[in-house]
Amino acid sequence: MNRFVRLAEHDRAEIRFRIDGRGVTALEGDTLLTAMRLNGFILRWSEFSDGPRAGFCLMGACQDCWVTTAEGGRLRACSTLVANDLSILTTPEVE
Amino acid sequence: MTAPRIIVVGAGPAGIRAAQTLVEAGVRPVVIDEGEASGGQIYRRQPNGFKRDFRQLYGTEHRRARDLHETFDALREKMDYRPRTLAWNLSEGALHIVHNGISNAVPFDGMILATGATDRLLPVRGWTTPGVYSLGASQIALKAQACAIGRRVVFIGTGPLLYLVATQYLKAGAEVAAVLDTSAFGHRLAALPLLLARPDALAKGLALIAQLRLAGITMLTGIRPIAIEAGADRNVARVHVRDARGRDRNFMCDAVAMGYHLRPETQLADLARCDFSFDPATHLWSPMTDAMGRTSVRGIYVAGDGVKISGADAAEIAGRLAAHAAIADLHSAHPAGRGAEGSVKKLLTSHRRMDRFRRGLAKGFPWPAHLAEALPDDTILCRCESVTVGSLRMAATALGAPEVNRAKAFVRVGMGRCQGRFCGPASAEILAAVLGKSTDGVGRLRGQAPVKPLPIATVPEDAS
Repeated sequence: MNRFVRLAEHDRAEIRFRIDGRGVTALEGDTLLTAMRLNGFILRWSEFSDGPRAGFCLMGACQDCWVTTAEGGRLRACSTLVANDLSILTTPEVE
Repeated sequence: MTAPRIIVVGAGPAGIRAAQTLVEAGVRPVVIDEGEASGGQIYRRQPNGFKRDFRQLYGTEHRRARDLHETFDALREKMDYRPRTLAWNLSEGALHIVHNGISNAVPFDGMILATGATDRLLPVRGWTTPGVYSLGASQIALKAQACAIGRRVVFIGTGPLLYLVATQYLKAGAEVAAVLDTSAFGHRLAALPLLLARPDALAKGLALIAQLRLAGITMLTGIRPIAIEAGADRNVARVHVRDARGRDRNFMCDAVAMGYHLRPETQLADLARCDFSFDPATHLWSPMTDAMGRTSVRGIYVAGDGVKISGADAAEIAGRLAAHAAIADLHSAHPAGRGAEGSVKKLLTSHRRMDRFRRGLAKGFPWPAHLAEALPDDTILCRCESVTVGSLRMAATALGAPEVNRAKAFVRVGMGRCQGRFCGPASAEILAAVLGKSTDGVGRLRGQAPVKPLPIATVPEDAS
Protein backbone atom coordinates (compact mmCIF):
# COMPACT_ATOMS: atom_id res chain seq x y z
CA MET A 1 0.00 0.00 0.00
CA ASN A 2 1.44 3.35 -0.97
CA ARG A 3 1.02 6.15 1.47
CA PHE A 4 3.00 9.23 2.37
CA VAL A 5 5.38 8.83 5.30
CA ARG A 6 5.78 11.67 7.78
CA LEU A 7 9.50 12.11 8.47
CA ALA A 8 9.50 15.21 10.69
CA GLU A 9 7.36 18.08 12.05
CA HIS A 10 5.17 15.87 14.24
CA ASP A 11 4.52 18.61 16.76
CA ARG A 12 1.42 20.36 15.38
CA ALA A 13 -2.24 20.59 16.30
CA GLU A 14 -4.43 17.67 15.25
CA ILE A 15 -7.09 18.11 12.58
CA ARG A 16 -10.10 15.77 12.31
CA PHE A 17 -11.88 15.30 9.01
CA ARG A 18 -13.70 12.61 7.03
CA ILE A 19 -12.83 10.63 3.91
CA ASP A 20 -15.66 8.55 2.44
CA GLY A 21 -17.47 8.87 5.76
CA ARG A 22 -14.57 7.56 7.83
CA GLY A 23 -13.14 9.80 10.54
CA VAL A 24 -9.39 10.38 10.04
CA THR A 25 -6.78 12.70 11.49
CA ALA A 26 -4.05 14.94 10.11
CA LEU A 27 -1.94 17.80 11.41
CA GLU A 28 -2.47 21.53 10.96
CA GLY A 29 -0.44 22.66 7.94
CA ASP A 30 -0.91 19.41 6.02
CA THR A 31 -2.36 19.90 2.58
CA LEU A 32 -5.50 17.93 1.85
CA LEU A 33 -3.42 15.79 -0.54
CA THR A 34 -0.84 15.04 2.14
CA ALA A 35 -3.56 14.28 4.68
CA MET A 36 -5.36 11.85 2.34
CA ARG A 37 -2.15 10.10 1.27
CA LEU A 38 -0.91 9.79 4.86
CA ASN A 39 -4.16 8.00 5.62
CA GLY A 40 -3.64 5.66 2.66
CA PHE A 41 -6.49 6.96 0.51
CA ILE A 42 -6.44 7.63 -3.20
CA LEU A 43 -7.85 11.03 -4.17
CA ARG A 44 -10.37 10.15 -6.84
CA TRP A 45 -11.29 7.78 -9.65
CA SER A 46 -10.48 8.86 -13.18
CA GLU A 47 -13.61 10.00 -15.04
CA PHE A 48 -12.20 8.11 -18.04
CA SER A 49 -12.47 4.77 -16.22
CA ASP A 50 -8.78 4.01 -16.17
CA GLY A 51 -8.46 3.66 -12.42
CA PRO A 52 -7.61 5.53 -9.24
CA ARG A 53 -5.57 8.75 -9.12
CA ALA A 54 -3.54 10.23 -6.30
CA GLY A 55 -2.19 13.53 -7.66
CA PHE A 56 1.04 14.05 -9.52
CA CYS A 57 2.80 17.45 -9.53
CA LEU A 58 1.93 18.94 -6.10
CA MET A 59 2.43 22.46 -7.50
CA GLY A 60 -0.97 23.25 -8.95
CA ALA A 61 0.01 22.56 -12.56
CA CYS A 62 -1.28 19.09 -13.49
CA GLN A 63 -4.82 19.41 -12.07
CA ASP A 64 -4.80 15.68 -11.25
CA CYS A 65 -5.75 16.17 -7.61
CA TRP A 66 -9.18 17.86 -7.71
CA VAL A 67 -11.31 16.12 -5.08
CA THR A 68 -15.00 16.27 -4.34
CA THR A 69 -16.49 17.33 -1.02
CA ALA A 70 -19.60 15.74 0.47
CA GLU A 71 -21.40 19.02 -0.30
CA GLY A 72 -20.54 18.66 -3.98
CA GLY A 73 -17.77 21.29 -4.00
CA ARG A 74 -14.39 20.76 -5.63
CA LEU A 75 -10.97 21.39 -4.09
CA ARG A 76 -7.47 21.17 -5.54
CA ALA A 77 -5.99 18.94 -2.85
CA CYS A 78 -2.34 19.94 -3.32
CA SER A 79 -3.01 23.63 -2.74
CA THR A 80 -5.72 23.40 -0.07
CA LEU A 81 -4.82 23.03 3.59
CA VAL A 82 -6.76 20.37 5.46
CA ALA A 83 -9.33 21.72 7.92
CA ASN A 84 -11.50 20.37 10.70
CA ASP A 85 -14.89 19.04 9.58
CA LEU A 86 -13.97 18.72 5.90
CA SER A 87 -15.71 15.75 4.34
CA ILE A 88 -14.20 14.32 1.16
CA LEU A 89 -15.59 11.65 -1.14
CA THR A 90 -13.15 9.72 -3.33
CA THR A 91 -16.10 8.09 -5.06
CA PRO A 92 -18.83 10.68 -5.53
CA GLU A 93 -22.29 9.17 -5.97
CA VAL A 94 -23.08 9.42 -9.66
CA GLU A 95 -26.62 8.66 -10.73
CA MET B 1 7.80 61.89 -14.44
CA THR B 2 5.66 59.38 -12.59
CA ALA B 3 7.03 55.89 -12.20
CA PRO B 4 5.78 53.32 -14.72
CA ARG B 5 3.32 50.63 -13.67
CA ILE B 6 5.30 47.39 -13.73
CA ILE B 7 3.93 43.95 -12.89
CA VAL B 8 6.16 41.06 -11.85
CA VAL B 9 4.52 37.65 -12.28
CA GLY B 10 6.07 35.08 -9.96
CA ALA B 11 7.82 35.41 -6.60
CA GLY B 12 10.57 32.86 -6.99
CA PRO B 13 14.27 33.80 -7.29
CA ALA B 14 13.81 35.73 -10.58
CA GLY B 15 10.67 37.56 -9.47
CA ILE B 16 12.10 38.52 -6.07
CA ARG B 17 15.27 40.01 -7.58
CA ALA B 18 13.25 41.79 -10.26
CA ALA B 19 10.96 43.32 -7.61
CA GLN B 20 13.93 44.34 -5.49
CA THR B 21 15.67 46.02 -8.45
CA LEU B 22 12.48 47.87 -9.38
CA VAL B 23 11.99 49.13 -5.84
CA GLU B 24 15.60 50.33 -5.76
CA ALA B 25 14.81 52.39 -8.89
CA GLY B 26 11.79 54.02 -7.29
CA VAL B 27 9.13 51.80 -8.86
CA ARG B 28 6.36 50.25 -6.77
CA PRO B 29 5.81 46.94 -8.58
CA VAL B 30 2.71 44.79 -8.45
CA VAL B 31 3.90 41.27 -7.64
CA ILE B 32 1.46 38.52 -8.60
CA ASP B 33 2.18 35.04 -7.26
CA GLU B 34 0.18 31.84 -7.12
CA GLY B 35 2.01 30.56 -4.05
CA GLU B 36 0.96 30.87 -0.40
CA ALA B 37 4.25 32.67 0.24
CA SER B 38 7.22 33.90 -1.76
CA GLY B 39 10.19 31.70 -2.66
CA GLY B 40 8.90 29.89 -5.72
CA GLN B 41 9.19 26.11 -5.90
CA ILE B 42 12.94 25.96 -5.25
CA TYR B 43 12.87 28.09 -2.09
CA ARG B 44 9.29 27.23 -1.16
CA ARG B 45 8.49 28.10 2.43
CA GLN B 46 7.00 25.56 4.80
CA PRO B 47 3.56 26.27 6.30
CA ASN B 48 3.21 28.12 9.63
CA GLY B 49 3.89 25.88 12.59
CA PHE B 50 6.72 23.93 10.92
CA LYS B 51 10.02 24.30 12.73
CA ARG B 52 12.87 23.03 10.52
CA ASP B 53 15.59 25.67 10.06
CA PHE B 54 17.02 27.02 6.80
CA ARG B 55 19.88 24.55 6.79
CA GLN B 56 17.56 21.56 7.16
CA LEU B 57 15.22 22.90 4.50
CA TYR B 58 17.54 24.17 1.83
CA GLY B 59 20.81 22.28 2.45
CA THR B 60 23.80 23.80 0.68
CA GLU B 61 21.59 26.67 -0.56
CA HIS B 62 20.41 27.77 2.89
CA ARG B 63 22.15 31.15 2.78
CA ARG B 64 20.67 32.02 -0.60
CA ALA B 65 17.23 30.96 0.56
CA ARG B 66 17.43 33.06 3.71
CA ASP B 67 18.70 36.08 1.79
CA LEU B 68 15.87 35.84 -0.76
CA HIS B 69 13.19 35.42 1.89
CA GLU B 70 14.52 38.28 4.01
CA THR B 71 14.92 40.53 0.95
CA PHE B 72 11.35 39.93 -0.11
CA ASP B 73 9.94 40.40 3.38
CA ALA B 74 11.77 43.74 3.66
CA LEU B 75 10.12 44.91 0.42
CA ARG B 76 6.57 44.27 1.60
CA GLU B 77 5.62 47.91 2.17
CA LYS B 78 7.27 49.02 -1.07
CA MET B 79 5.31 46.85 -3.45
CA ASP B 80 1.77 45.68 -4.08
CA TYR B 81 2.21 41.97 -3.33
CA ARG B 82 -0.66 39.63 -4.22
CA PRO B 83 -0.05 36.06 -3.06
CA ARG B 84 -2.48 33.19 -3.85
CA THR B 85 -3.31 35.00 -7.07
CA LEU B 86 -3.43 33.45 -10.53
CA ALA B 87 -2.53 35.48 -13.62
CA TRP B 88 -4.81 33.81 -16.14
CA ASN B 89 -5.02 36.03 -19.20
CA LEU B 90 -3.59 39.07 -20.91
CA SER B 91 -5.29 41.66 -23.00
CA GLU B 92 -4.00 44.88 -24.50
CA GLY B 93 -2.15 46.56 -21.62
CA ALA B 94 -3.82 44.61 -18.78
CA LEU B 95 -3.12 41.41 -16.89
CA HIS B 96 -6.16 39.45 -15.76
CA ILE B 97 -5.85 37.95 -12.33
CA VAL B 98 -8.07 35.97 -9.99
CA HIS B 99 -7.87 35.81 -6.21
CA ASN B 100 -10.43 34.01 -4.00
CA GLY B 101 -12.80 33.68 -6.94
CA ILE B 102 -12.75 37.41 -7.76
CA SER B 103 -11.18 38.41 -11.05
CA ASN B 104 -9.93 41.78 -12.13
CA ALA B 105 -7.66 43.41 -14.67
CA VAL B 106 -4.43 45.15 -13.67
CA PRO B 107 -3.22 47.70 -16.25
CA PHE B 108 0.53 47.92 -16.81
CA ASP B 109 3.24 49.70 -18.78
CA GLY B 110 5.71 46.86 -18.35
CA MET B 111 5.56 43.27 -17.19
CA ILE B 112 8.31 40.92 -16.09
CA LEU B 113 7.31 37.26 -16.44
CA ALA B 114 9.18 35.16 -13.87
CA THR B 115 6.84 32.22 -14.14
CA GLY B 116 9.26 29.38 -13.44
CA ALA B 117 9.02 25.82 -14.64
CA THR B 118 7.35 22.48 -14.12
CA ASP B 119 8.73 18.97 -14.45
CA ARG B 120 9.18 17.73 -18.01
CA LEU B 121 7.64 14.30 -18.31
CA LEU B 122 8.04 11.31 -20.53
CA PRO B 123 4.99 9.04 -20.20
CA VAL B 124 5.50 5.38 -19.41
CA ARG B 125 3.02 2.54 -19.04
CA GLY B 126 1.46 2.85 -15.59
CA TRP B 127 2.46 6.44 -14.85
CA THR B 128 -1.05 7.29 -13.63
CA THR B 129 -0.83 4.64 -10.88
CA PRO B 130 -1.28 6.06 -7.34
CA GLY B 131 2.13 6.48 -5.75
CA VAL B 132 3.75 7.87 -8.91
CA TYR B 133 4.66 11.55 -8.58
CA SER B 134 6.77 14.03 -10.49
CA LEU B 135 10.26 14.65 -9.16
CA GLY B 136 9.29 18.20 -8.27
CA ALA B 137 6.31 16.83 -6.36
CA SER B 138 8.47 14.43 -4.39
CA GLN B 139 10.69 17.35 -3.40
CA ILE B 140 7.72 19.54 -2.45
CA ALA B 141 6.32 16.74 -0.26
CA LEU B 142 9.60 16.69 1.62
CA LYS B 143 10.29 20.42 1.80
CA ALA B 144 6.82 21.83 2.35
CA GLN B 145 5.21 18.90 4.18
CA ALA B 146 8.11 16.97 5.78
CA CYS B 147 6.76 13.81 4.13
CA ALA B 148 8.17 11.23 1.76
CA ILE B 149 5.89 10.14 -1.09
CA GLY B 150 6.33 6.53 0.09
CA ARG B 151 8.39 4.19 2.21
CA ARG B 152 10.63 2.93 -0.59
CA VAL B 153 11.03 5.23 -3.57
CA VAL B 154 12.39 4.65 -7.10
CA PHE B 155 13.77 7.79 -8.78
CA ILE B 156 13.55 7.59 -12.56
CA GLY B 157 14.17 10.02 -15.44
CA THR B 158 17.11 12.30 -15.98
CA GLY B 159 18.50 15.65 -14.94
CA PRO B 160 20.25 17.11 -11.92
CA LEU B 161 17.04 17.06 -9.87
CA LEU B 162 17.01 13.25 -10.02
CA TYR B 163 20.18 13.06 -7.92
CA LEU B 164 19.35 16.08 -5.76
CA VAL B 165 15.96 14.81 -4.63
CA ALA B 166 17.20 11.23 -4.16
CA THR B 167 19.91 12.58 -1.87
CA GLN B 168 17.42 14.73 0.03
CA TYR B 169 15.22 11.67 0.59
CA LEU B 170 18.18 9.68 1.81
CA LYS B 171 19.17 12.41 4.28
CA ALA B 172 15.61 12.81 5.53
CA GLY B 173 15.46 9.12 6.37
CA ALA B 174 13.48 7.68 3.44
CA GLU B 175 14.56 4.55 1.61
CA VAL B 176 15.81 5.09 -1.95
CA ALA B 177 15.19 1.88 -3.92
CA ALA B 178 17.16 2.97 -7.00
CA VAL B 179 18.15 5.96 -9.13
CA LEU B 180 17.50 5.13 -12.78
CA ASP B 181 18.79 7.60 -15.38
CA THR B 182 17.94 7.45 -19.10
CA SER B 183 21.05 9.44 -19.99
CA ALA B 184 24.41 7.75 -20.23
CA PHE B 185 27.67 8.36 -18.42
CA GLY B 186 29.16 9.32 -21.79
CA HIS B 187 26.73 12.23 -22.05
CA ARG B 188 28.11 13.61 -18.79
CA LEU B 189 31.70 13.26 -19.98
CA ALA B 190 30.88 15.10 -23.21
CA ALA B 191 29.21 17.85 -21.20
CA LEU B 192 32.17 18.38 -18.84
CA PRO B 193 33.78 21.30 -20.70
CA LEU B 194 30.48 23.22 -20.51
CA LEU B 195 29.74 22.17 -16.92
CA LEU B 196 33.15 23.51 -15.87
CA ALA B 197 31.72 26.99 -16.42
CA ARG B 198 30.49 26.64 -12.82
CA PRO B 199 33.00 24.51 -10.92
CA ASP B 200 31.10 25.10 -7.66
CA ALA B 201 27.82 23.78 -9.04
CA LEU B 202 29.59 20.87 -10.74
CA ALA B 203 31.28 19.95 -7.45
CA LYS B 204 27.92 20.01 -5.65
CA GLY B 205 26.45 17.70 -8.28
CA LEU B 206 29.34 15.25 -8.04
CA ALA B 207 29.01 15.27 -4.26
CA LEU B 208 25.36 14.20 -4.57
CA ILE B 209 26.30 11.21 -6.69
CA ALA B 210 29.10 10.33 -4.28
CA GLN B 211 26.69 10.41 -1.32
CA LEU B 212 24.27 8.06 -3.07
CA ARG B 213 27.10 5.72 -4.01
CA LEU B 214 28.45 5.76 -0.47
CA ALA B 215 25.01 4.80 0.82
CA GLY B 216 25.05 1.81 -1.53
CA ILE B 217 22.11 3.01 -3.64
CA THR B 218 21.67 1.26 -6.98
CA MET B 219 22.30 3.83 -9.71
CA LEU B 220 21.88 2.88 -13.36
CA THR B 221 22.53 5.07 -16.40
CA GLY B 222 21.40 4.58 -19.96
CA ILE B 223 18.20 2.81 -18.92
CA ARG B 224 14.96 2.52 -20.90
CA PRO B 225 11.77 2.72 -18.80
CA ILE B 226 9.38 -0.12 -19.64
CA ALA B 227 6.52 0.05 -17.14
CA ILE B 228 5.38 1.08 -13.70
CA GLU B 229 3.35 -1.80 -12.34
CA ALA B 230 0.59 -1.77 -9.74
CA GLY B 231 0.07 -4.36 -7.04
CA ALA B 232 -3.19 -6.07 -6.10
CA ASP B 233 -4.22 -2.93 -4.19
CA ARG B 234 -3.81 -0.89 -7.43
CA ASN B 235 -0.98 1.17 -5.90
CA VAL B 236 2.50 1.18 -7.40
CA ALA B 237 4.51 -1.94 -6.56
CA ARG B 238 7.30 -2.28 -9.12
CA VAL B 239 9.33 -0.41 -11.73
CA HIS B 240 10.45 -2.34 -14.79
CA VAL B 241 13.33 -0.97 -16.89
CA ARG B 242 15.82 -2.28 -19.43
CA ASP B 243 19.41 -1.51 -18.46
CA ALA B 244 22.16 -0.22 -20.76
CA ARG B 245 23.11 -3.79 -21.68
CA GLY B 246 19.54 -4.68 -22.61
CA ARG B 247 18.74 -6.74 -19.53
CA ASP B 248 15.37 -6.47 -17.80
CA ARG B 249 15.59 -5.10 -14.29
CA ASN B 250 12.78 -4.80 -11.75
CA PHE B 251 12.72 -2.69 -8.61
CA MET B 252 10.16 -3.26 -5.88
CA CYS B 253 8.90 -0.01 -4.39
CA ASP B 254 5.79 1.72 -3.08
CA ALA B 255 6.40 5.09 -4.73
CA VAL B 256 8.03 6.50 -7.87
CA ALA B 257 9.44 9.98 -8.46
CA MET B 258 9.86 10.70 -12.16
CA GLY B 259 11.04 13.65 -14.22
CA TYR B 260 13.21 14.59 -17.18
CA HIS B 261 14.64 17.94 -16.13
CA LEU B 262 12.24 20.89 -16.41
CA ARG B 263 10.21 22.84 -18.94
CA PRO B 264 9.48 26.59 -18.81
CA GLU B 265 6.00 27.99 -18.09
CA THR B 266 5.58 30.19 -21.15
CA GLN B 267 1.80 30.57 -21.46
CA LEU B 268 1.65 34.27 -20.54
CA ALA B 269 4.48 35.17 -22.93
CA ASP B 270 2.52 33.28 -25.57
CA LEU B 271 -0.69 35.18 -24.81
CA ALA B 272 1.36 38.40 -25.01
CA ARG B 273 2.23 37.25 -28.56
CA CYS B 274 5.97 37.14 -27.99
CA ASP B 275 7.97 35.45 -30.74
CA PHE B 276 9.21 31.99 -29.76
CA SER B 277 12.14 29.92 -30.96
CA PHE B 278 12.97 26.22 -30.73
CA ASP B 279 16.20 25.19 -29.05
CA PRO B 280 17.54 22.04 -30.73
CA ALA B 281 19.77 21.27 -27.72
CA THR B 282 16.84 20.96 -25.29
CA HIS B 283 13.89 20.43 -27.70
CA LEU B 284 12.08 23.24 -25.86
CA TRP B 285 10.31 26.32 -27.22
CA SER B 286 11.02 29.61 -25.44
CA PRO B 287 10.25 33.29 -25.94
CA MET B 288 13.06 34.93 -27.91
CA THR B 289 14.93 37.54 -25.87
CA ASP B 290 17.94 39.78 -25.93
CA ALA B 291 20.61 39.30 -23.26
CA MET B 292 18.59 41.43 -20.82
CA GLY B 293 15.34 39.48 -21.14
CA ARG B 294 13.47 41.79 -23.52
CA THR B 295 11.01 39.85 -25.67
CA SER B 296 9.83 40.77 -29.16
CA VAL B 297 6.88 42.64 -27.59
CA ARG B 298 7.61 46.08 -26.16
CA GLY B 299 7.16 46.18 -22.39
CA ILE B 300 7.19 42.40 -21.92
CA TYR B 301 10.27 40.89 -20.26
CA VAL B 302 11.01 37.31 -19.22
CA ALA B 303 13.45 35.98 -16.64
CA GLY B 304 14.55 32.75 -15.02
CA ASP B 305 13.40 29.19 -15.64
CA GLY B 306 10.27 30.56 -17.31
CA VAL B 307 12.47 31.16 -20.36
CA LYS B 308 15.39 28.74 -20.19
CA ILE B 309 16.11 26.13 -17.55
CA SER B 310 19.22 27.61 -15.95
CA GLY B 311 18.42 27.14 -12.27
CA ALA B 312 17.88 29.38 -9.28
CA ASP B 313 21.21 31.23 -9.23
CA ALA B 314 20.86 32.21 -12.88
CA ALA B 315 17.24 33.21 -12.24
CA GLU B 316 18.32 35.74 -9.61
CA ILE B 317 20.65 37.36 -12.13
CA ALA B 318 18.06 37.24 -14.93
CA GLY B 319 15.45 38.85 -12.67
CA ARG B 320 17.77 41.77 -11.96
CA LEU B 321 18.65 42.12 -15.65
CA ALA B 322 15.01 42.16 -16.76
CA ALA B 323 14.22 44.82 -14.17
CA HIS B 324 17.17 46.93 -15.32
CA ALA B 325 15.90 46.63 -18.89
CA ALA B 326 12.39 47.64 -17.87
CA ILE B 327 13.74 50.64 -15.96
CA ALA B 328 15.93 51.69 -18.88
CA ASP B 329 13.04 51.35 -21.35
CA LEU B 330 10.21 52.76 -19.27
CA HIS B 331 11.75 54.86 -16.51
CA SER B 332 14.88 56.36 -18.03
CA ALA B 333 14.38 59.67 -16.20
CA HIS B 334 15.14 57.96 -12.90
CA PRO B 335 18.78 58.36 -11.78
CA ALA B 336 19.03 54.62 -11.05
CA GLY B 337 18.35 54.02 -14.73
CA ARG B 338 21.54 55.86 -15.64
CA GLY B 339 23.95 54.66 -12.97
CA ALA B 340 23.43 50.96 -13.56
CA GLU B 341 25.77 50.29 -16.50
CA GLY B 342 28.57 48.87 -14.36
CA SER B 343 26.44 46.43 -12.43
CA VAL B 344 24.52 45.39 -15.56
CA LYS B 345 27.80 44.57 -17.27
CA LYS B 346 28.80 42.33 -14.36
CA LEU B 347 25.42 40.65 -14.32
CA LEU B 348 25.61 39.97 -18.04
CA THR B 349 29.04 38.36 -17.66
CA SER B 350 27.88 36.00 -14.92
CA HIS B 351 24.67 35.25 -16.79
CA ARG B 352 26.70 34.13 -19.81
CA ARG B 353 28.61 31.76 -17.55
CA MET B 354 25.32 30.42 -16.18
CA ASP B 355 24.05 29.88 -19.71
CA ARG B 356 27.13 27.86 -20.61
CA PHE B 357 26.42 25.64 -17.61
CA ARG B 358 22.77 25.37 -18.68
CA ARG B 359 23.88 24.02 -22.04
CA GLY B 360 26.13 21.59 -20.18
CA LEU B 361 23.18 20.24 -18.22
CA ALA B 362 21.14 19.87 -21.41
CA LYS B 363 24.00 17.90 -22.95
CA GLY B 364 24.78 15.85 -19.84
CA PHE B 365 21.16 14.90 -19.17
CA PRO B 366 19.57 14.97 -22.62
CA TRP B 367 15.80 14.79 -23.19
CA PRO B 368 15.27 11.23 -24.50
CA ALA B 369 13.26 12.07 -27.61
CA HIS B 370 13.97 8.61 -29.02
CA LEU B 371 12.18 7.01 -26.06
CA ALA B 372 9.09 9.16 -26.59
CA GLU B 373 8.99 8.14 -30.25
CA ALA B 374 9.16 4.47 -29.29
CA LEU B 375 6.34 4.49 -26.69
CA PRO B 376 3.85 1.65 -27.18
CA ASP B 377 0.41 2.62 -28.57
CA ASP B 378 -1.43 1.64 -25.38
CA THR B 379 0.53 4.02 -23.12
CA ILE B 380 -1.58 6.80 -21.61
CA LEU B 381 -0.10 10.01 -23.02
CA CYS B 382 -2.56 12.58 -21.68
CA ARG B 383 -3.15 12.09 -17.95
CA CYS B 384 -6.07 14.53 -17.94
CA GLU B 385 -8.30 12.70 -20.40
CA SER B 386 -6.56 9.32 -20.67
CA VAL B 387 -5.72 9.71 -24.36
CA THR B 388 -3.26 7.08 -25.56
CA VAL B 389 -0.10 7.37 -27.64
CA GLY B 390 -1.88 5.32 -30.30
CA SER B 391 -4.69 7.89 -30.59
CA LEU B 392 -2.17 10.65 -31.26
CA ARG B 393 -0.47 8.52 -33.92
CA MET B 394 -3.89 7.94 -35.48
CA ALA B 395 -4.53 11.70 -35.54
CA ALA B 396 -1.52 11.97 -37.83
CA THR B 397 -1.89 8.84 -39.95
CA ALA B 398 -5.67 8.48 -40.33
CA LEU B 399 -6.87 12.03 -39.78
CA GLY B 400 -3.95 13.85 -41.39
CA ALA B 401 -2.99 16.20 -38.56
CA PRO B 402 0.19 17.91 -39.81
CA GLU B 403 1.12 19.59 -36.51
CA VAL B 404 0.39 19.56 -32.77
CA ASN B 405 -2.52 22.03 -32.68
CA ARG B 406 -4.49 20.11 -35.32
CA ALA B 407 -3.76 16.85 -33.51
CA LYS B 408 -5.04 18.46 -30.33
CA ALA B 409 -8.28 19.43 -32.08
CA PHE B 410 -8.72 15.87 -33.40
CA VAL B 411 -7.91 13.73 -30.36
CA ARG B 412 -7.73 16.24 -27.45
CA VAL B 413 -4.04 15.65 -26.60
CA GLY B 414 -3.06 18.90 -24.86
CA MET B 415 -6.66 20.04 -24.43
CA GLY B 416 -7.16 18.70 -20.91
CA ARG B 417 -6.97 20.52 -17.63
CA CYS B 418 -3.16 20.71 -17.57
CA GLN B 419 -3.19 22.27 -21.06
CA GLY B 420 -0.41 20.12 -22.40
CA ARG B 421 2.09 20.83 -19.63
CA PHE B 422 2.64 17.13 -19.00
CA CYS B 423 1.88 15.48 -22.37
CA GLY B 424 3.14 18.27 -24.65
CA PRO B 425 6.87 17.51 -24.83
CA ALA B 426 6.36 13.80 -25.56
CA SER B 427 3.45 14.51 -27.95
CA ALA B 428 5.66 16.63 -30.17
CA GLU B 429 8.25 13.84 -30.47
CA ILE B 430 5.64 11.16 -31.19
CA LEU B 431 3.97 13.27 -33.86
CA ALA B 432 7.28 14.29 -35.44
CA ALA B 433 8.39 10.65 -35.66
CA VAL B 434 5.18 9.41 -37.21
CA LEU B 435 5.15 12.26 -39.75
CA GLY B 436 8.87 11.97 -40.50
CA LYS B 437 9.40 15.60 -39.52
CA SER B 438 11.81 17.34 -37.16
CA THR B 439 10.46 18.15 -33.67
CA ASP B 440 10.11 21.84 -34.46
CA GLY B 441 8.47 20.89 -37.75
CA VAL B 442 5.29 19.84 -35.92
CA GLY B 443 4.92 23.25 -34.31
CA ARG B 444 4.24 24.44 -30.84
CA LEU B 445 1.13 23.99 -28.70
CA ARG B 446 -0.39 27.45 -28.54
CA GLY B 447 -1.27 28.83 -25.12
CA GLN B 448 -4.94 29.47 -24.37
CA ALA B 449 -6.59 31.48 -21.64
CA PRO B 450 -7.27 30.71 -18.90
CA VAL B 451 -3.74 29.39 -18.42
CA LYS B 452 -5.06 27.30 -15.52
CA PRO B 453 -8.64 26.29 -14.65
CA LEU B 454 -10.65 29.01 -12.93
CA PRO B 455 -13.17 28.24 -10.19
CA ILE B 456 -16.64 28.02 -11.73
CA ALA B 457 -17.83 30.70 -9.31
CA THR B 458 -15.26 33.28 -10.50
CA VAL B 459 -16.87 36.70 -10.88
CA PRO B 460 -15.47 40.03 -12.07
CA GLU B 461 -14.65 42.46 -9.29
CA ASP B 462 -17.26 45.06 -10.30
CA ALA B 463 -19.97 42.37 -10.24
CA SER B 464 -19.25 41.33 -6.68
